Amino acid sequence: MNGRIARFAPVLLLLAAFAIYIGIALATDQSQYLTFDNLLGLLGRSIALGITAVGQTFAILIASIDLSVANLISVAAVLASYIMSGDPSMMLPAVVAVLLVGAVVGLVNGLIITQLEVNPLIATLGMALILQGLLSASFTNFAGEVPKEFQTFAYGEVGGVSVSLVFLVILTGAAWAFLKFTRMGSNIYSVGGNADAAKLAGVRTARVVILAHVICSLCASVAGLYLASRLRSGAPWIGRDGVYDLESIAVVVIGGTVLAGGRGGVWGTLVGVMIFSLIDSIFNIAGVDAFAKQILRGVIIVAAVAVYAARSKRIEA
Amino acid sequence: MTLKYLTTFVAGAALVALPVMAQNYDDPVEFAKQEAMLADTPNGSADTPWLQHYGTDMVDTSAYAQDGAATICFSNAGVNNPWRVVGWETMQAEVDLQGDRIAEFIVTDAEGSDDKQISDIDDLLAGGKCDVLIVSPNTTSALTPAVEKAAEMLPVVIFDRGVNTDAPVTFIKPIGGYGFGIQSGRFIAENAPAGGKVLMLRILPGVDVLETRYTSATHVLEDAGMEIVGVEFTDGDRAKTKSIVEDYLQRFGTLDAVWLDAGATSVAAIEAFEDAGMDVPIVTGEDQQDFLQKWQELGLTTIAPTYPTYQWRTPIIAALSILDGESIPGPEWNLPQPAITADNLADFVNPAMPPLHYAACGCEGMPNYPERWGGK
Amino acid sequence: MMARLLRINPVYLVLLVLLIAIAIQSPHFLQPTGYMNFLKRAAPIAILAVGQLYVITSGGFDLSTGSVVTLTVIGSSILLGQNPDATWMVITAMLAGGVVIGVVNALVVAYLRVPSIIATLGMMITLGGIALTWSGGSPRGYLPDTYRFFGRVLIKDLPVIKILPVALIVMVVVCGLLWLLMHRTNYGKLLHAVGDNPKSAHFAGVPYVQVRVVAFVVSSVTAVIAGILLGGFAGVSTSVGTGLELQAITAAVIGGAQLLGGRGAVGSTVAGALVLQAIFTLLNMLGFPKPIRDVVQGVILISAVALATYRRRKTGS
Repeated sequence: MNGRIARFAPVLLLLAAFAIYIGIALATDQSQYLTFDNLLGLLGRSIALGITAVGQTFAILIASIDLSVANLISVAAVLASYIMSGDPSMMLPAVVAVLLVGAVVGLVNGLIITQLEVNPLIATLGMALILQGLLSASFTNFAGEVPKEFQTFAYGEVGGVSVSLVFLVILTGAAWAFLKFTRMGSNIYSVGGNADAAKLAGVRTARVVILAHVICSLCASVAGLYLASRLRSGAPWIGRDGVYDLESIAVVVIGGTVLAGGRGGVWGTLVGVMIFSLIDSIFNIAGVDAFAKQILRGVIIVAAVAVYAARSKRIEA
Repeated sequence: MTLKYLTTFVAGAALVALPVMAQNYDDPVEFAKQEAMLADTPNGSADTPWLQHYGTDMVDTSAYAQDGAATICFSNAGVNNPWRVVGWETMQAEVDLQGDRIAEFIVTDAEGSDDKQISDIDDLLAGGKCDVLIVSPNTTSALTPAVEKAAEMLPVVIFDRGVNTDAPVTFIKPIGGYGFGIQSGRFIAENAPAGGKVLMLRILPGVDVLETRYTSATHVLEDAGMEIVGVEFTDGDRAKTKSIVEDYLQRFGTLDAVWLDAGATSVAAIEAFEDAGMDVPIVTGEDQQDFLQKWQELGLTTIAPTYPTYQWRTPIIAALSILDGESIPGPEWNLPQPAITADNLADFVNPAMPPLHYAACGCEGMPNYPERWGGK
Repeated sequence: MMARLLRINPVYLVLLVLLIAIAIQSPHFLQPTGYMNFLKRAAPIAILAVGQLYVITSGGFDLSTGSVVTLTVIGSSILLGQNPDATWMVITAMLAGGVVIGVVNALVVAYLRVPSIIATLGMMITLGGIALTWSGGSPRGYLPDTYRFFGRVLIKDLPVIKILPVALIVMVVVCGLLWLLMHRTNYGKLLHAVGDNPKSAHFAGVPYVQVRVVAFVVSSVTAVIAGILLGGFAGVSTSVGTGLELQAITAAVIGGAQLLGGRGAVGSTVAGALVLQAIFTLLNMLGFPKPIRDVVQGVILISAVALATYRRRKTGS
């Protein structure tokens, strides 16, 4: 596949998905779904996934991976609703606490990977188990609720567009700017592309890896805050229910970021989120039942990735 | 408008002031209420338990009356466990049974995700076709805002799990989790040796309908002086259940009863005793066919409380009654919750049905029985 | 002396310590009913772990094995529900299905160049969907005693050991054959070569694709066998395979398998599976609630890999 076309592959896939969606909507006489509001809302269904996936992009860019995001999301949501306990004045302390926890988890992940030299899959898998255990053990003592003011994060609107959507776009923009314009950003790409070469060139690779994981975990924490806002309280199964770990990886890869690191970016990830969302909506509109949906989802993930991988001459693991 | 704000504020303040209450699974008031219902006789014919109700509270629906066939919308939390699978089939059979009264039955499946169910309800409302909305909420507090929003636009019927608002027209449920725990706990207390060893097996923590069963059973067992030797989580996995029981038999040599909060893994617990060459003590279950058949085969002493799947029939009937302007039980419609005992076991056993078919489905005689439910 | 000791895989020492700890905690364990039941329960995981070892040694991951287990149990129950006497035919059909799944996995990885994480993830989701669609969400039939023979039956009245679970016999046979294949045939050497350095293996003329096909087929077939054992042990359920692939990876890693390929041994993987089972049993006996077990599993996972990496660096192997 020509390099230039390949770069636009995610967008092409998105347009194809859009075409299918519109086609099915017209064919099944459900054109009331084709309003601008509704189409905008398609992205709005996947805010949590989008926020998580932006973070996951950082991890994958440095040729790492983070499987602990789903449980971290649950931790963030439960912690937030517990600290807030319905009290608007506790909103800020709760947000700070949750972000702090996220940063610590990311730090620990990064340290295990760089200092103990543990494979990222195992390191974050282990962290996921630890978080799950801590959650289950303490949940009954951490009942809480989110005050109505905090719910504007998920339900509020500004100028007709939802606050959360605006937030997601701004977050993606900030991430993109960081990656493109800062030294650390380009370090991330070089460490991901070839860690040894980067080290020889004087880059402190350990710091880069740790930073990427901290960013990834911070994003997961924010996604947890969003979900707490949307669902009015946190619960230990929120992260697992949404399958945010595997889906965020799939979405990042569909968006063009390569699992081996060094190539890709956050805007592609956002396109990946839209594609996923559209696929879900296509299934909804076409009336596909939940089980068949699962079969198709698995096939689509593999197919989408195969489309990109076709141009790679690398022997895959 | 101000009144609404005021009531919302007061309700919100109440919820805020007592955050723990929102997740309280050990409520003595509800316990007593359900205990009383268990002893009470429901109104209506025992041949159609899905139409029976306790008490006399009714709700007036004449404001919703309309002519013509109805378009019923249903937001399903999911079909992610065999209980919901049986219930969903039963509901579809009820829709078939109602025939022309229903013009269209629009369904969304949230696949077990709160987030998705909120979006699903938004979608159904945006579609603009619903005359009435039935919701089976995935979790209580998360779905409350969505249900409130929907109730402003059309009549809403909730069933199985409730929401923290009385905006719906009615909330259909069997007596409840406390009742379930009381039934099985009491059977053990009355039939196991005094001070006997009881192992309690639970599926997972934090699920409201299961937590209430556990707390009420614990109260009943402790009050009767039984010794609870362990409380373990099985994840609803049969292999884990069997392993756990085997381990406890190793540790304690013998057990006088095994209490389970649901029946899907009861047979695995029973097999642990069989494989160890021991007599099977009291192992509680539910109305799954494999448990009932094992019970009959081995002549066991046990009880099967139910959380009947016929409750999936009632929302359709309620929805149609609402659109006919007929009054229905509300704001809570409490259905009977019979327990299967040695006396009526034979009525429920049916080897032609699949192992995890729930016998108290009220589906014999419905269109396509038994094939729709997987039977022969 | 230290160097000699370091060369013995620590997993055997850890296993010994754990078994002693269990025996102290519960002397029942020293009876045949104790240790034989322990082995009976460990058998499915051990078999699964050895299968996973093949794929790990070749440099990849197989995340689909849990779903293969579930599909085997559900599929067998549906087919046998109609014809209870067809046990052997159904078992053969399931094994054949395992081969097909393994081949598909391998081809997607080798020819479509999809990373094995994504390919087997997609397969896991798809197979899960197939199991649900086929059964309609709830198991459709009972497993007859002839089928459950493998997972459930104990041969009784034997001298000394008193009882012998059939599952243990299956485990010894299967793992024995796989040990032969990996350590006594040329294939095993090729497998290690492909995992260690795919590029140079490729240039050296190693039939890269065939090697991976065999590895993935072994993985899927062991999953089918594990499914037969688990279904036999406990009966039908829709969630029997959930999380098993992660347990298999954990077991292989505890046994010292190197992630991303190049080294692994069947014996120490089986020991790793037994260690995992021993840890669960010990925690159960000590009365630790499940959440703590999750935390422990996570910590062990990370420590095992960290130790293995440390050991590799110190012994230069």
